[in-house]
Amino acid sequence: MSVPVPRGPAVATPPAARVPRRRERGVAGLLLAGPFALLLAGTVLAPVLYALYLSLFTERLAGLGFDGPRQVFTAMGNYAAVLGDRAFHDSLGNVALFALVHIPVMLGAALLLALLLDSAVVRLRQLWSLAVFLPHVVPVVIGGLVWAYLYSPGIGPLAAVLPFDPLSDVGVLPSVVNMATWQWTGYNMVIFYTALQAVPREVVEAARADGAGPVRVALSVKVPMVRPTAFVALVFTVIGSLQLFTEPLVLRGFTGSVTSTWTPSLYVYEAAFIAGDHGRAAAASVLLAVVCAALSALVMRLSARRSG
Amino acid sequence: MIRSRWTSVPAVHLVLLLAALYSLLPLVWLATSATKSLGEFSTTSPFELGQWHLGANLAALFAQEGGIFLVWVGNSAFYAGGGAVLGALICAACGYAIAKTRFPGRRLLFALTLAGVLVPTTALALPLYLLASQLRVVDTALAVFLPLLTNPFGVYLARVYAEAAVPDEVLEAARVDGAGELRTFFAVALPMMRPGVVTVLLFQFVGIWNNFFLPLVLLTDPELFPLSLGLFQWSTRQSQFPQYTPLVVTGSLLAVLPLVVAFLVLRRQWRAGLAAGSAR
Repeated sequence: MSVPVPRGPAVATPPAARVPRRRERGVAGLLLAGPFALLLAGTVLAPVLYALYLSLFTERLAGLGFDGPRQVFTAMGNYAAVLGDRAFHDSLGNVALFALVHIPVMLGAALLLALLLDSAVVRLRQLWSLAVFLPHVVPVVIGGLVWAYLYSPGIGPLAAVLPFDPLSDVGVLPSVVNMATWQWTGYNMVIFYTALQAVPREVVEAARADGAGPVRVALSVKVPMVRPTAFVALVFTVIGSLQLFTEPLVLRGFTGSVTSTWTPSLYVYEAAFIAGDHGRAAAASVLLAVVCAALSALVMRLSARRSG
Repeated sequence: MIRSRWTSVPAVHLVLLLAALYSLLPLVWLATSATKSLGEFSTTSPFELGQWHLGANLAALFAQEGGIFLVWVGNSAFYAGGGAVLGALICAACGYAIAKTRFPGRRLLFALTLAGVLVPTTALALPLYLLASQLRVVDTALAVFLPLLTNPFGVYLARVYAEAAVPDEVLEAARVDGAGELRTFFAVALPMMRPGVVTVLLFQFVGIWNNFFLPLVLLTDPELFPLSLGLFQWSTRQSQFPQYTPLVVTGSLLAVLPLVVAFLVLRRQWRAGLAAGSAR
């Protein structure tokens, strides 16, 4: 099967330059950019094109099936199959519910903690920010395993303390939300705190001089000024939520309540590597990538407009 | 100025303390649990130390399946260490080339790099696997190493750093002194970009150390697994074989420690990278 591998800029030779120095500079540029250009072409661009190609084909057994499966062009058939698949709908429903709880809780907590760190009265600022950021440096798999143990009756304390079973059918959603919130609150807190540092002190002082209390200053002066940062964080969190994969996969080893197609990413994994339906898996992953890219493009457009 | 109850000094610190406890207690649990035998998980309270079983747990961990845990540690160190050093250098060279040299296709390369930032790993995993199997490199270190090496966001950062930290006059001066273009990059520009390159290196190290999806898809030979994949695979067995639980717990603690140490030592680079990340 021929795969259209996009050529990087490495093929074209620079136009004959009058100054040999300039040509040397062009060649040096190619040499320096070449390794990355090849990596990008081989490990990102070629796979993306290949996924698009795969998504248009399906495997059918020809005749009595003795010849093995044959690749058959289906045009949008795989996309239709994915969009009509109950399991795919359920996976979208799960990440939608997850995002609905996780995003306000996590970003709200991150913003609150950043405002507290930025307030005038706080002591040991460095210590708090280090402590809350630390979960972010824990690998997602390890963080997932630690929480899964904490949820497990007989091993961790949470099953006995919580009013519900964190590994039951209704319990896994809050459990996964908690895993992601633990990992990402500190990261976004530091992002917000960095943005708050850029708020001009004179503006804050002026508001104080006008008699605004600390809460009023935070809500009416500081929060509006970090709104662009919050917007970017929001979109990246939405994209991250859409791609939710590792936390539910880890939990699958501890409870049967997480199905093999619990999130869209798990759906892709299941279709590709368990069901072996490459066309359907490719179509689902293309759909997922298009939604993520559209959201990213939206945030880039909006932030460019703001700074431009 | 009147302060309400909710913004009093103790209230502010109480909230921060709760957040810090929520963040740290799971890691404290991991550390205390690594000292327990399997039976002690149910007989001791969660944050209490066990009968100091840590030595036995470590011995069991290193002996399991012919000492494969140490192989995983070595693999992770190789993928993350080699990938970070080589990847940061590749990113720096490409970012510098895009910012400071003129070559045909420069704009196209940068546009494709930005597009590459947007592509989720989920969309790459299956085609990478199929491409690797056609090239007969599935289940080789190379198949997982090359995709992990590719860091479009690192190139974007390196370009920003090259523009900010390397003045054109300095490059001109080096050229006047007769330095070749490649020599100018390695001897003049790269040292000036060093803080930025260290940030890229750090983020790529952590990114590769944490990466799970690609090894999960591309590797089946346990001898090639990174730590996170190996521990995950053990964790899927523990519902049938509970003796894996102390192994996974102790192994997880050992997997977290190098990152915590790297983070504490290199705090400043972290912050610089996060600031750059928030501006993207």
